[in-house]
Amino acid sequence: MPRLIELVDGEARWTEDGFAQIADEDAIPETGDVILSLARFETEGDALLSSNSRRVGVRVESHEEVEGLAYDLPRIAVVALVFPKYRDGRAYTSARLLRERFGYQGQIRAVGDVLREQAGFMVRCGFDAFEPADGATPEAWTKAASRFRHVYQRGADARPTAFEERAS
Amino acid sequence: MYQYDLIDKEFLADRSAEFRGQVARRLAGELTEDQFKPLRLMNGLYLQLHAYMLRVAIPYGSLNPTQARRLARIARDYDKGYGHFTTRQNIQFNWIKLKDAPDILDQLAEVDLHAIQTSGNCIRNTTSDPYAGATSEEVDDPRVWAEVIRQWSTLHPEFSFLPRKFKIAITASAKDRTAAKVHDIGLMLRQGRDGQLGFEVIAGGGQGRTPYVGPTIKEFLPTDRLLSYLEAVLRVYNRHGRRDNIYKARIKILVAALGAEEFARQVEEEWAKIDAARADLPAAELARIRFAFAKTPFETLPARSEAFETAKANDPAFARFVRNNIRPHKQPGYAIVEVSLKAADQTPGDASADQLEVVADLAERYGLSDLRVTHVQNLVLPHVKLDDLPTVFATLQSAGLATPNIDLISDIIACPGLDYCALANARAIPIAQDIARQFADADRAEAIGELKIKISGCINACGHHHIAHIGILGVDKKGEEFYQLSLGGSGAEDASIGKILGPALPADKVATAVDQLVGAYLSVRDDGERFLDTYRRVGLEPFKEAVYAQAD
Repeated sequence: MPRLIELVDGEARWTEDGFAQIADEDAIPETGDVILSLARFETEGDALLSSNSRRVGVRVESHEEVEGLAYDLPRIAVVALVFPKYRDGRAYTSARLLRERFGYQGQIRAVGDVLREQAGFMVRCGFDAFEPADGATPEAWTKAASRFRHVYQRGADARPTAFEERAS
Repeated sequence: MYQYDLIDKEFLADRSAEFRGQVARRLAGELTEDQFKPLRLMNGLYLQLHAYMLRVAIPYGSLNPTQARRLARIARDYDKGYGHFTTRQNIQFNWIKLKDAPDILDQLAEVDLHAIQTSGNCIRNTTSDPYAGATSEEVDDPRVWAEVIRQWSTLHPEFSFLPRKFKIAITASAKDRTAAKVHDIGLMLRQGRDGQLGFEVIAGGGQGRTPYVGPTIKEFLPTDRLLSYLEAVLRVYNRHGRRDNIYKARIKILVAALGAEEFARQVEEEWAKIDAARADLPAAELARIRFAFAKTPFETLPARSEAFETAKANDPAFARFVRNNIRPHKQPGYAIVEVSLKAADQTPGDASADQLEVVADLAERYGLSDLRVTHVQNLVLPHVKLDDLPTVFATLQSAGLATPNIDLISDIIACPGLDYCALANARAIPIAQDIARQFADADRAEAIGELKIKISGCINACGHHHIAHIGILGVDKKGEEFYQLSLGGSGAEDASIGKILGPALPADKVATAVDQLVGAYLSVRDDGERFLDTYRRVGLEPFKEAVYAQAD
């Protein structure tokens, strides 16, 4: 299981990932928290959620749209957004929509080709958990994410923008 | 001019420190070239044929003398004594060593310059009218909006990994000096009937292997809604632009595939969902930025200058310079001065360190400390008193910077071509020099009038050949450099894509062919008609015949 960095109050730290990633061809175990693909969540998610005995997460590929999840979001513990390649930036939009448009409060996890150079962008778009593919430690992650003392535009985070700093 | 405050300065310092760390990791072998590549590209550092190339951003093509002198120093200390101005108002240094790059970025940051977003699949430097704040044609100062976009787009968290690069141009004059219609987004400021300002938004223009004049997707966007609307366009593109094929990833392909109407509809739908209060810039910040550009300290002067009129009457060389390189200014007693970087035998767009310092001094002494770069790869002193023009001319002349050829046949755009670029099929610079020599006679060049030649060394079209009156594209024919000519393109307000004239020609036949095209034009042109207008009136045939008839 890849190690997971979690962001709590601006500090990154290792965390135990309690979720099992279930491939589409595998059976869902009897118990335990699981992350399913979007397609599988659409067919089997309701049954799992109504049993109320475990937490359920959804893995959304970069070409899939998060809008379809809007109704279920309050019951979803984790949305794992996939970066198939470092260069594929669609998950940034997905994360912002989840946080800013749909008010999602659960965990947004970055999985796939996740490198520390993306940390600042990811945190600003509302990601709060990361499976780094480059061996980045929480220290390196925190450093990368807080590299810039100022930001110019609003994002999904609460950082004051340059124009807000100037006005204050 | 906009002055960077502590926030802007600390931002650049942080960026520089980040890159220094990344270079150290690369030099220590902690990063492979493959891993390092996306990082260096985010800082404008390319690996070219012979060396690293560093592209430095010049936001909306505006420089102060201190910045120009610093560019000169970098050219001298880290390059071979010159820099190359690009078609997007930036400057690039072609002979950079990797180990020097962090020091260069530090030196740039000291004078509020940087290389952020000069490469990579992000929102690039926003270009604007080099006459901004100086021409009476404009309905507003486009630099205000370019600066708004600069800040908004800088390390944008959502839009830094787009399907492909994204270029925005903005103009506020009916006469377009930014090539707005062949940009990913072109913004043209307009005054509505009620006097309100708005943007005509053009999307999906572009050049490269599939050139398009961009369609208008919104006729009138109220200016205070600019950022939310841009967010909507970028979001639709980020989600739906193609990522499977680098050649089909620009927004123009998405707009063309959906159709402009459907693309516009999707943007409107997304725009309606965006919280304007969060996405649009607060009025106070807009006012702060606007104020920074409103303070140009013009003197009150008579519209007529005796010194200027006398020099013009007595010195034919000055009079020629005035006819071709001087443009009217909105302020009585001032003029806009175009500084040509297209002297014969020069590489188009190159400026030596000495020349940069000369222009910096002129800007400081005679130009209200303002200096611009044009997308045609020339420089502009936007605010010079008529009284000072003879002195400015003399100084430019002694520095080899007074070539009186703006918009004339030798004012050629050329990409770096095979002399520098790993992508090129053919050289561009020697072809430009051949043509400049062919038309070295200044009287003849003036008689020919406005004629825009643009040369690209490959289909990526960095030399803008598609939008040239005469476009020249380098192609590879069995290992030999050949050149395909096209006619009738324009990047201005009357934008169009040129049409291919006929079979490609060998390098030594190109200047002759241009001469034949000009001959055909002069034989059929109506009084005062530009080459482009003659072509549009008579079509391709007479030109085709002029070039290919004897060969048959």
